[in-house]
Amino acid sequence: MAERPALSIQDLTVSFDTPEGEVSAVSGLTVDVAPGETLAIVGESGSGKSQSFLATMGLLTRNGHTRGRAFLDGKDLLAMKRHELDQYRGRDISMVFQDPMTAFNPVLRLSRQLTETLCAHRKMSASQARARTIEMLARVGIPDPEKRMTMYPHQLSGGMRQRAMIAMALLCGPKVLIADEPTTALDVTIQAQILELFADLKREFGMALILITHDLGVVAALADRIAVMYAGRIVEQAACDELFENPRHPYTRALLQSTPRADMDEASLYAIPGQPPNLQRLPAGCAFMPRCSAAIDRCAASPPALETLESGHHTACFRARELKEIA
Amino acid sequence: MLGFAIRRLLSTIPVLFIALTICFFILRLAPGGPFDEERSLPENVLANLQAHYHLDKPLIEQYFRYIGSVVRGDLGPSFTTEDFTVAELIALGLPYTLILGGSAFILAILFGVASGIISGLYQNRSADYVTSATVMTGLIIPSFLMAPILQLVFGVQLEWLPVGGWGDGSIAYLTLPVIVLSLTHIARISRLMRGSLIETMSANYIRTARSKGIGEKLVVLRHAIKPALLPVLSYLGPAAGYLLTGSLVVETIFGLPGIGRYFINAALSRDYGMVLGTVIFYMVVIVILNLLVDLAYAYLDPKVRVR
Repeated sequence: MAERPALSIQDLTVSFDTPEGEVSAVSGLTVDVAPGETLAIVGESGSGKSQSFLATMGLLTRNGHTRGRAFLDGKDLLAMKRHELDQYRGRDISMVFQDPMTAFNPVLRLSRQLTETLCAHRKMSASQARARTIEMLARVGIPDPEKRMTMYPHQLSGGMRQRAMIAMALLCGPKVLIADEPTTALDVTIQAQILELFADLKREFGMALILITHDLGVVAALADRIAVMYAGRIVEQAACDELFENPRHPYTRALLQSTPRADMDEASLYAIPGQPPNLQRLPAGCAFMPRCSAAIDRCAASPPALETLESGHHTACFRARELKEIA
Repeated sequence: MLGFAIRRLLSTIPVLFIALTICFFILRLAPGGPFDEERSLPENVLANLQAHYHLDKPLIEQYFRYIGSVVRGDLGPSFTTEDFTVAELIALGLPYTLILGGSAFILAILFGVASGIISGLYQNRSADYVTSATVMTGLIIPSFLMAPILQLVFGVQLEWLPVGGWGDGSIAYLTLPVIVLSLTHIARISRLMRGSLIETMSANYIRTARSKGIGEKLVVLRHAIKPALLPVLSYLGPAAGYLLTGSLVVETIFGLPGIGRYFINAALSRDYGMVLGTVIFYMVVIVILNLLVDLAYAYLDPKVRVR
C-alpha cells in the first residue's frame, strides 16, 4: 500500500437540514481506495453509503452539508469551488447512478448527453467526440451504437440504458469510478451481464472502482475489499475473502446470515431483529447495540472506534476479539 | 404529424357545433332584438326588416338556416351595421386584435418564462421574493382597475404615453394596452415556470448532468429549461383564449378598433349575426392555437412524438 490512494476520504461528515432539525447521515467516514482496486461499500438503505460519495462529488441536495476532506490525486475535492470541482468530476472521477430510467435526461438524445462530457473535458471537436462515444458504446456491449446514439433514453431497454450510463462515466478515462447500486434496478439476468462488464472494464482501464451496494452477492464476485456501513459509520473493513470467512462485527455476521442461499431451507432464513436506528436520535453508544445479541453495558456508553485486529482487518466493536472464539 | 394535425382538427368540429348551438339559443333568450331602439320603428317597417332577416320564421327554422349558411362558409350579414357582412367586420377588426393579442402573448411568454427561471433558480432567496412579488401584483389587480391606473399615471400625470386610441399604431399607443393585457399571463406563466424548474432541478438527471462536470450554466440551459417548459407550454393554449377574451375589456377601455369592440357593441345591440360570427371566429382561433401547442409539445417531449 505504498502507492498513493486514488481517492482518500478522511473524516467525512454529512448532515441534512430537515424540518425536524439537523440529521446526521454520515459521521467521520475515513476510507481509501488504491488505483485499480475495487472497494465495495455495503449497508442497508439509510446507512449513508450513497450520501458519502454523492457528497464527495459535490452532488448533495441543497439542504446537505459536508465536512472533512476527500483527496483525489492529492487534491481536496471538498475544499473546491464549484467551477473548480467541475474540472475534475466527469473527467477524473465519475459516477454510475442507480436508476438508469431517471438518471438520463428524457428530452435529450443520447448523443448529446454522452458527447457533452468529452466536449467539456477533452477539448474535442463534435465529430471526434462522436467517434469516441460510438467506440465506447460498442465497448460496453451496445449493438448498433451509431443508431442508438440518435435515440432518446426511453427508447432503450433498462439494461442498454445502464450500459450507456457506464459508457458515459468511462468516456474521459476516470481514475475513480463510483457505481451507486448499478444493478439494483435491473433484471437478474441483466445484472450478471453488467457485473461481468464492470469486471472486464476494470481489467482494461485500471481505474479504482467503488461499488456501493446492499447486495452481498454482487460484492463477493467483484470486490477486493469491503467496507460495511451502519448508521453513517464504517463498522468493519477487510479484504473480501477475509470478511466473508471471518466476519468480526455482529452486524456483518447478521448481514451475512440474512443473505439467502440455495442450500438453506425456509426455516433458516434469518432477519436481523429490530429496525435500523433513527438518524435523528442516534444512541450515545454503538448504533447497532439495540439489535445486537452480543451487547454489553459498555456498548451503551460511547461508540466503539474502528480498530485494527490483524493487518488489513478493521472493526468497530468492543467485543470483536472475544467474539472471534464464539463464532 | 400531418395526420395527427388533421385528426385533431376534425375532432373539434362537434365541439364547435355544440358551442355554436348553445350560443345561438342563449342569445335569443335575452330580451330585445336588433331593431329595438329608443324610438320604436313603425309596425310595417319592423315587419319588413324582420322578414328580410328571417326573424319572423320559427326559431328552429332560423337555427337551421344559420347553421346551413355557416357550413357553406357564410357568416351572414350584420343586423345593425348596414351594408357590412359579419366576415367583413371581423376582417376590419382582425389586424388590430392580432397585433394587440400577439404582442401581449409574446410579452407574456418572454417575461413570464424569464422571471420564472430567476425565481426558480434562486428559490426562497431575495431574487425570488422580489421577482415573485412584482409578478404577483400584476395577477392580483384586475385589468379593468390596472388599465385606468396606468392611464392616469403614464397618460394623464406624466404624459409619457397616450391615454388611449390606436393613433398611428406605433409602440407608444400599444404599450399600455399590451402591458395590461399581458400582466396576468406573465404572472401565471412565471409561477408555472418557477414551480416546474424547481421540480426539474431536483430530478435525478440533473444530478447526472452535474456529475459530468459540464458546468452549472450548461446544466441549467441544456438539461433543465427544456423539460421545465412543458407545463408552461400546455398553459399557452388556454392562455391564448384568455388573451382573446381579455382583449374585449382592454380594447374597450383603451378605445381600440379591434374585434373585441365590435363584439361588445354587437352584444349590446343584439346583432345576432355579428355575435355568433365573432364567437365562431374566436373558437376557431383557440382550436388552432391549441393544436399548435400540441405540436410544440411533441417537439419538446420525445415520448409524445414517437407514439
